[in-house]
Amino acid sequence: MEFDIKAIRKDFPALNQNVYNKPLVYLDNAATTQKPQCVIDAITNYYSKQNSNIHRGTHYLSQQSTYAYEETRKNVALFLNADNEKEIIFTKGCTDSINLVASSFGKKFIKKGDEIIISALEHHSNIVPWQILRDDKNAVLKVIPITNNGEIDIYKLNDLITPATKIIAINHVSNSLGTINDIKKIIKIAHSYNIPVLIDGAQAIPHIPVNVKELDCDFYCFSGHKIYAPMGVGVLYAKEKWLEEMPPYQGGGEMIKNVTFDKTIYNELPFKFEAGTPNAGGVIALNEALKYVLNIGYDNIAKQENILLKTATEKLLQHDDIKIIGTPSLKTSIISFVINKMHHYDVGVILDHYGIAVRTGHHCTQPVMDYYNLPGTVRISFAFYNTLEEIDILMFAIDKVKQMLS
Amino acid sequence: MSIPEKEKQLIAEFAQYDDWADKYAHLIDLGRKLIKYDENYRNDKYLISGCQSRVWLHAFLDENNKMIMEADSDSEITKGIISLLVWLYSGESPDDILAANENFINEIGLKEHLSPTRSNGLASMLKQIKLYALVFKTKIQQNNNNNG
Repeated sequence: MEFDIKAIRKDFPALNQNVYNKPLVYLDNAATTQKPQCVIDAITNYYSKQNSNIHRGTHYLSQQSTYAYEETRKNVALFLNADNEKEIIFTKGCTDSINLVASSFGKKFIKKGDEIIISALEHHSNIVPWQILRDDKNAVLKVIPITNNGEIDIYKLNDLITPATKIIAINHVSNSLGTINDIKKIIKIAHSYNIPVLIDGAQAIPHIPVNVKELDCDFYCFSGHKIYAPMGVGVLYAKEKWLEEMPPYQGGGEMIKNVTFDKTIYNELPFKFEAGTPNAGGVIALNEALKYVLNIGYDNIAKQENILLKTATEKLLQHDDIKIIGTPSLKTSIISFVINKMHHYDVGVILDHYGIAVRTGHHCTQPVMDYYNLPGTVRISFAFYNTLEEIDILMFAIDKVKQMLS
Repeated sequence: MSIPEKEKQLIAEFAQYDDWADKYAHLIDLGRKLIKYDENYRNDKYLISGCQSRVWLHAFLDENNKMIMEADSDSEITKGIISLLVWLYSGESPDDILAANENFINEIGLKEHLSPTRSNGLASMLKQIKLYALVFKTKIQQNNNNNG
């Protein structure tokens, strides 16, 4: 497909609006992406025509929505190249997926003194669930350090692994710096010791095609809203052997086969892990989002985002007083930066008045900020629908920021 | 000047600026003129949580039972907002401070600082100021009871 940026931008109604009487320049895509019309239409269509409780009714609507919901599961399995759709669990989001694994895997496989390894580059969502598990089980949480350019120091991993190591949980791409981690290598090292690996893929999925079979990861988690789908929908991919052995995360409807007051027989996969009425409309819209991304193509996405990343990086570095935090050799279209003596909050507030949406602060990665001894940074993050003109507007606004704050 | 009178003056002062950039420039300027913060109070005990920028606030009761406030921030915009709060409330009685509301922020055209996002420290600052006022009010009542 030819990459027609004008046509693509028309697909995203939220991009075509003014804020403070200026055209919106949306550079906060790592926080959440805007939604294409097909995704918005899917939600509208679901609640206009299909709405009913899935897997439960014998009636027409329920069958229709169940079909669409399960169709999404099949497509997600294909999208990730999973063995089968039983390995795809729908959750509320990436955070929920990680919590599910920490809780259920933890219940079964973690005991006192066991070790869990994460990295110093993790989002709080891939730290706190493991801390809760550690405290619950009297386990040990170990952290792979990062190097000064913002990469996980893989060579330190071997030193951290012991016979007590039970799981390694690592992000595919850093949300605060954009680092693409060599997860294939990490998984290979871990598997040489028979240790399973969970990948937090929240920041990778909109930029990089993910093939779970090739990666051989045990768990892969992502959120819908970061890949142009609605909020409140996430995916957990897990190898079937783990899901079979793990106990349910939550109890309720759908996840059971038979309930008496003495005993409950749990439903089979994947339903064992989907208690309660799910966000069916959101899941069905996720299907549309994935189709939209595949239609544009990851090659086109990478090409456009790399141009944006390279151009913005070069233009920012023309300023002597701007420092980019995190300079890994491989990164997605995220730039975290600081302007000398200027507080990230002030920069963000002024950029906002120029219509530019950025994220400021610690980006839910306080340990990363501590490493660089910073209270926070300004983060811009591009999607394929961003343009070079928007970078020009950003650079104009940064000049204004510097005038106002110096 | 009472707090409502000061608020009126602030609203008139900010009404001179049509452009948001001028408004912010003025706000930043006010922050830069804020009385230098006592370094003895620049520690975690006086740090207000809930702000994206760091805010230190300390207050005491003077001999006339008026609450005196000092504050600082590492963000220039936040410091500007603090300077407004210090100007409005410092030197006023705890009762008057407790009776005040934050509507003036809206009227001077800085309402985005009232939105309930995490980046917003104004709500936390006001809460902390009112907490101080409440403590001092109780203290004054206790003193009056003891003296009476």
